[in-house]
Amino acid sequence: MRTPNIARCGWLAFLSLFTGLAWAQANLEVNTPAIAALQASMTKRHGELAAFYGNGAVGLTRDGFIALREANAVPLPQRQQVNGLVAAENQDRTALYKEIARANGKPEWENDIRTTFAQRWIDKAQGGWYYQNNAGAWTRK
Amino acid sequence: MRSLTVIAGLGCALLYGCVTINIYFPAAAAEKAADKIIDEVWQLKKPDTPPAK
Repeated sequence: MRTPNIARCGWLAFLSLFTGLAWAQANLEVNTPAIAALQASMTKRHGELAAFYGNGAVGLTRDGFIALREANAVPLPQRQQVNGLVAAENQDRTALYKEIARANGKPEWENDIRTTFAQRWIDKAQGGWYYQNNAGAWTRK
Repeated sequence: MRSLTVIAGLGCALLYGCVTINIYFPAAAAEKAADKIIDEVWQLKKPDTPPAK
């Protein structure tokens, strides 16, 4: 009766290793109401922000957020509005990274998720937009 | 005695498996998730396009 027990134990150990692998390669959960709401809010805001990415007033930071990089590119009466848009966008982004980590039961992944997004935002940015390179310098794409 | 060692070893393997699950960050899956969200936020793909099957 000893051997089957050990065999079962070994099988379990093996299984747990593969479960870990399989699970790690699966998709991340992003279909939650909270994430959908954040996404919708950011999509809506992008309509207003796009022009400021285009003229270089706002750029993508290397840590997954956006920043006002050239205030002079914004007409004075609009500056308050742009500042508000940037702040609101960064608030949504913080919540988004946190929520994705939480939705997957891994709050400690928040930073890794943010780093992944930082790279993908920059990779997908349109030509002419500004982003921070690895050294933190603003670069035109 | 020997079987005890084996069981202890397997126990360690089991524990290792659990630790692996906890610390491993699925970078590829995270990238996929990021792409999906960014495409929608920046409207890079038509949202009403039926998924390719």
